Amino acid sequence: MSKHQLDYLDELEAEAIYILREVAGQFEKPALLFSGGKDSITLVRLAEKAFRPGKFPFPLVHIDTGHNFIETIEYRDAMIKRIGEKLIIGHVQDSINEGKVVEQKGKNASRNALQTVTLLDTIAKYQFDACIGGARRDEEKARAKERIFSVRDEFGQWDPKRQRPELWNIFNGKIHKGENVRVFPISNWTELDVWNYIRREKIELPSIYFAHKREVITRNGQLMGASPFLNMDDDDIIENRTVRFRTIGDMTCTAAVESYAYHIDDIIDEISASKISERGARMDDKVSEAAMEDRKKGGYF
Amino acid sequence: MDILKFITAGSVDDGKSTLIGRLLYDSESILADQLEALHRSNRKNDDGSIDLAILTDGLKAEREQGITIDVAYKYFQTDKRKFIIADTPGHIQYTRNMVTGASNANLAIILIDARKGVIEQTIRHSFLVSLLGIQQVVVCINKMDMVDYSEAVYENIVNDYKALSYKVGLKNIKYIPVSALKGDNIVYPSLNIDWYKGDSLLHFLETVELEVDDSKAHARFPVQWVIRPQTDDLHDYRGYAGRVSSGSFKVNDKVTVLPSGFHSSIEKIELLDEEPDEASAGMSVTIHLKDEIDISRGDILVNTQYQPEVSQLIEADLCWMDTRTLDTSLTYFIQHNSKVTRCRIQEILYKVNINTLEKEYNEDFKLNDIGRVLIKTAEPLAFDLYQNNKANGGAIIIDSRTNVTVGALMLRAIGE
Repeated sequence: MSKHQLDYLDELEAEAIYILREVAGQFEKPALLFSGGKDSITLVRLAEKAFRPGKFPFPLVHIDTGHNFIETIEYRDAMIKRIGEKLIIGHVQDSINEGKVVEQKGKNASRNALQTVTLLDTIAKYQFDACIGGARRDEEKARAKERIFSVRDEFGQWDPKRQRPELWNIFNGKIHKGENVRVFPISNWTELDVWNYIRREKIELPSIYFAHKREVITRNGQLMGASPFLNMDDDDIIENRTVRFRTIGDMTCTAAVESYAYHIDDIIDEISASKISERGARMDDKVSEAAMEDRKKGGYF
Repeated sequence: MDILKFITAGSVDDGKSTLIGRLLYDSESILADQLEALHRSNRKNDDGSIDLAILTDGLKAEREQGITIDVAYKYFQTDKRKFIIADTPGHIQYTRNMVTGASNANLAIILIDARKGVIEQTIRHSFLVSLLGIQQVVVCINKMDMVDYSEAVYENIVNDYKALSYKVGLKNIKYIPVSALKGDNIVYPSLNIDWYKGDSLLHFLETVELEVDDSKAHARFPVQWVIRPQTDDLHDYRGYAGRVSSGSFKVNDKVTVLPSGFHSSIEKIELLDEEPDEASAGMSVTIHLKDEIDISRGDILVNTQYQPEVSQLIEADLCWMDTRTLDTSLTYFIQHNSKVTRCRIQEILYKVNINTLEKEYNEDFKLNDIGRVLIKTAEPLAFDLYQNNKANGGAIIIDSRTNVTVGALMLRAIGE
């Protein structure tokens, strides 16, 4: 391309900043959904680039399943202190206590699916009209068709047939009362892009992304971190392995991979040569080929 | 490393999904678990080989119908470039999807079935690529295996396409004979097509030099957001946040704010802790001006020497994207960069039959129709002609009742 062409990370960064500023300009009550994972941590960095020295024009919102990795929560609280922005926490436990959702039973029980209800309740409570998330189109097939501004009806539902065409860099954020828009500024990033950006920007991450010793059990061919949240029985054998996590979600549904990647350079090498895609380590996508699409329609991120 | 965004135009029958699947498969851009899912799937080609088209079919409804009904984005990279593919459907009822995908592409792959040659949809796809101003075209003449890799068949199609390209006004065209199914000339040069000495498709995509038109166009900076911390230590801080949509701005450049027409010059350019001397097309920055002027979202900073058109009456090419017919008596919204104002489609000048390219004169502007219209806006727009500056020459129409995006506009001239 021409001499003026930006490097690909600069271009992805500039696009994401542009999208964040469109959210600020077009919505009354936006929020940034923060999971503690590397993608939402990247969003925070991008928001700093978009709005400093001003404050973020939105709070951070964390939907806490109560089954989080302790390292995630510690990271979250330290980060909030550092950036000086507002954090709102929606607790899945509250939804359970209120009887809105019922805890799953059995060996593969997880609160992952329950957080959709807590998320929608939190959106309704604070009347958020736009929720910024760190989803990327390369994560899963159903996400490949996701818009950058994705309109949800008042039930939080995503209708693949009702999606608005997105032309050029023009994002139409007009909605009716009760509707909201999910916004994905890093849609066009791949997992590798995110890691390269984290390295370039020297962004600090929760320690569980890097290799560490952990007690794990093997379930359905996947390594799960042993925890009080995981329903275990006599068949489960606890082993001490050196692992790391490629995504950070609920402890009950996020599998570890065996790894000796102690530094970000090791991780980038590992991913570049990797044989398993990132969502391959998510039990929740495995149920059926259309699993992700069904959950999205129900309001899951 | 840079990014190349391209669109693939063709229908299922031309093997479009297979071509993309082949590109991903042969460039080893498919990971083990995705590959496993691919092998697990029941869909197979007639000869028992895996159906690569599955890789690009996203949604359930599409899998059931076996057609692509939306724009699906696919990502892959080689050590030379990062690629973003907008995979769009080829049938006429999905014209709006192709227009959407094309609006962000720097290159278009047009697929032609070697057995069929240049057909109606080839004309349609080429017209759309030209309408949206994509500068580079790759014509892949596919299914060469079905015509015994015949050079004569290939040459005939190339000649037919050349005639078409003059008619629709396409300039930079690369022709490649391929078989997506067998893998000929997609990633690896074909042994079956020894009479073709040119690049494989991937090699061409990796190496093609594209002029980025927006960087050569005049300097434009639509203001998205004003940063005003109003804290004690930053009491007078006032930064205009936005993305340079075309050209470039340097510190001390004289700028004009439109539509108000105030002049000032650039004091400082910021990107978090950095203070670059120059911001070029595509960069998201914060600009400070030397004078205190009232500027808000929807305004645009331009190089004072090269100003855009400012008008409330605009002639534009319109692609209609809604199932409800265009209503010339209705007030719509128009969104142009960060500016939103009301508008009316005052007059339909003509429509284009996108299969024959003939002009038609009737009043009904329906889903997927394309033609020239005259628009009246409530407030003036500061725009460039789309053919000179895509970033500042495109706009969308929004239905004020449903809030849905119903039209894509390529602004072509000041109206009379």
